[in-house]
Amino acid sequence: MTPVTKAAPVATLSSSTIARLRELAGAENVLTEPEDLIPYGFDGTAALKHGAACVVMPRTSEVVAAVLRFAVSQGIPLVTRGSGTGLSGGSVPVDGGIVLTLVHLNHILEVDPANLTLLAEAGVITKAIDDAALPHGLFYPPDPGSMKISTIGGNVANNSGGLRGLKYGVTRDYVMGMEVVLPDGSVAWLGSKCVKDVAGYSMKDLFVGSEGTLGIITKVLLKVVPRPKARRTLLASFDSMEAAARSVSKIIERQIIPCTLEFLDRRTCECVEDYAKVGLPTSAAAVVLMETDGHPAVVEEEAAAMEAIARECGAISVEKAADEAHAVRLATARRSAFSALARIRPTTILEDVTVPRSHLAEIVAFVEEVAARHRLQIATFGHFGDGNVHPTILTDETDREEMERVHLALEEIFAKTIALGGTITGEHGVGLAKKPFLAGQFDQASYTLMKQVKRALDPRGLLNPGKIFDIESPSA
Amino acid sequence: MSESSTNRVLKHMADLDYSVVQQCMHCGMCLPSCPTYLETRRERNSPRGRIALMRAIADGELEVTREFGEEMYYCLGCLACTTACPAGVDYPQLFEHARAEVEAADVLFTPGRRFWRWLTLRQLFAKPWMLRAVGRMLWLYQASGLCALVRKSGLLRILPENLRNLEPTTPIVCRHFSDDLIDEIESPSARKYRVGMLTGCVQDLVFSDVNLDTVEVLLANGCEVVTPRSQGCCGSLHAHNGDLEQAAVQARRLIEQFDLASLDAIITNAAGCGSHLKHFSNLLRDDPAYAFRANEWDRKARDISQWLVEIGFRKPGGVAEVTLRTTYHEACHLCHGQGISKQPREILRAIPGLELIELENATHCCGSAGVYNITQPEQAGKLQREKAACIAKTGASLVATANPGCHLQIQNAVGEDKVVKHPVSLLAAAYRAEKGASS
Repeated sequence: MTPVTKAAPVATLSSSTIARLRELAGAENVLTEPEDLIPYGFDGTAALKHGAACVVMPRTSEVVAAVLRFAVSQGIPLVTRGSGTGLSGGSVPVDGGIVLTLVHLNHILEVDPANLTLLAEAGVITKAIDDAALPHGLFYPPDPGSMKISTIGGNVANNSGGLRGLKYGVTRDYVMGMEVVLPDGSVAWLGSKCVKDVAGYSMKDLFVGSEGTLGIITKVLLKVVPRPKARRTLLASFDSMEAAARSVSKIIERQIIPCTLEFLDRRTCECVEDYAKVGLPTSAAAVVLMETDGHPAVVEEEAAAMEAIARECGAISVEKAADEAHAVRLATARRSAFSALARIRPTTILEDVTVPRSHLAEIVAFVEEVAARHRLQIATFGHFGDGNVHPTILTDETDREEMERVHLALEEIFAKTIALGGTITGEHGVGLAKKPFLAGQFDQASYTLMKQVKRALDPRGLLNPGKIFDIESPSA
Repeated sequence: MSESSTNRVLKHMADLDYSVVQQCMHCGMCLPSCPTYLETRRERNSPRGRIALMRAIADGELEVTREFGEEMYYCLGCLACTTACPAGVDYPQLFEHARAEVEAADVLFTPGRRFWRWLTLRQLFAKPWMLRAVGRMLWLYQASGLCALVRKSGLLRILPENLRNLEPTTPIVCRHFSDDLIDEIESPSARKYRVGMLTGCVQDLVFSDVNLDTVEVLLANGCEVVTPRSQGCCGSLHAHNGDLEQAAVQARRLIEQFDLASLDAIITNAAGCGSHLKHFSNLLRDDPAYAFRANEWDRKARDISQWLVEIGFRKPGGVAEVTLRTTYHEACHLCHGQGISKQPREILRAIPGLELIELENATHCCGSAGVYNITQPEQAGKLQREKAACIAKTGASLVATANPGCHLQIQNAVGEDKVVKHPVSLLAAAYRAEKGASS
């Protein structure tokens, strides 16, 4: 075996600090052994690893507040974590800091069918939210790839997307309110059950996508919608990415808004099929997964129209999912794309650049060109309807020379994205992974504004420090 | 840590290609499938957490500690994570090497543990004659009424508590073992295939009837069956418990007993054995005398249900008078370890009068997990109760499952009012009913 670089030496907390944390959270909820800490050194992001000094697993939001108050009083950095499935390194610990994991705050507190809302603690699993809505005929649409294990708090803190963004939007569109513990330990309730609410600044919106840098979200009030009565899933394969992109543009041009328009290139199809065995074509250059849902009559009509458009645009084949179970299997297989690509090379670096829809074919072609020029394996899949692309670089983090080419390729892809009026991250967040590229996307005024907000809420810079951007020394 | 112990400790993890550890990209898709993670919600109790610890050892960031050892034995080895993993991590290999590392470092040492490991892994399950002799004594003890007398007398109170709690669940040993029931060569009237039959160890003592049923079914499907005498353990018990060295000894011994070239397949009916013995080539990779034969062996090894479906088994005819509500529990090492889920159901659906009711969470571990119910009774008991609750919901009176450990664990969970059977035994019974009806 070739050992890779050792982790940086870890600063430890004093025994009196640990003892106090045990008093606050309960001894069994404070982990300090190396065997306990090492597995908290990373999240779902490749090649990022740091060492926490302790992990605290609070069981109530009161304990969250008490721990945060204590950490701030002692000047100890604190990183909030859900299930650790993030894809930008947002929940990777700070060396020597506290990891506060909210997985035990996992209760659904209320489903309110009269107001179409659902109140849940931050550690509830995303899928459990939709499962709780189901018996009431309700639906929670955001469905990030890791929905079977990701937490709702993590989704809100990263404003997660998913496969249904085109029609249903993203997590932000469903957040009506939240309970937040602020860096001074005070607990704030933001938002309400009202559909219309313009009382003061929309503070809840500040916390959606704040990546744990402004406060700790402990409860969320979510909007739920009536569950669609019918659903139709189609799988179209094309012999070129351009043909696939053309049919997607046509569908939207004809004012059909399906809930899902996902594409996978050949390499992604091969890996996913190898894992999931759901009958994905592995010889086509591009496969598009389309799904329409809603009233049965409309769904039939839209499915027929999408099939016709795909054929017009030169689809090699268009298949219908046999039944609901098959449709779910196809969507589940698509959700596994990122992880399935890890079959090819040791390190899998996933990006989520997003461009205005009309530029989608251009960015996909550009990624292919970059891959060829830098002699890299890049598989691409993503959300055609949202302009959200996942170029996935298959590489080996221990190969320094290749990693240099990876960085060059990334820089070029980000630069092109920004030139096309896009964003460096559509749904994964900035975290650590995209921090170096963030400034390039903003003008000086807006970049400074973000830092001012951070300083105002967390003047000592202790909440998830070093994520999104670096703040100049807090005392300065 | 002294230099010599460092070298020794790194041996087993070093035998692994680093890419096996690196294959895990820690996406977390395994977390919701892992029974121990769902219990504690701590990362170290999850597959990706355990792999992170193994990687830390391989990278020299962590020594093999007692805590690490305990973690590797808290893992059930149910392999549900292997099914869940989109990245294709070879968890079984990682897990076996990690346990071997724990044993090499001896971090879990107690005199009692060393004695029990020696007695079971190096004596009982290493020497076929000894296991059968003990089995024979146990049968005498149970059949003579002595067992009932001892239980009544309160003598068992001298046993330590964990053994005392387990005593009532001691499996009932069969009167006849496989070699008494099955001839070395059994030939069908018209031979289409020739297969080797593995009798197993626990299977041979406690479920020799399942072995007999397997041979009957094979004969009914045109397979000549070769059953070498006095077979030993296939080594799965050893490999799963960190004794890779003895596992290799067992594998060599078993390969020697079969004339591979003359056989179309090697048949096992125990899921736990099957998932191990399809990978002899990993175990014997560096042994030039056996590497080739181990590859051949892997190529020919089949679970009975897999083989039957592959050769297009004959569906039993006739109509049953009563409908038997049956549910199917998927043994971890069949569905996760070997990817076999459809075939046993195909067999069950072919049986007249059997109505298959799907079991909720059919692929969740029942808590048997080799010797886990002995080493971790609390967690095993919890999984057993969850399994029993799911079975109760089906309203089935019969539970089918294809592994001796699961069979015993589930029988103990559901009590007397439900019957537990191997799918192949149900098929054998259906063939017999056919004959009875026609004569």
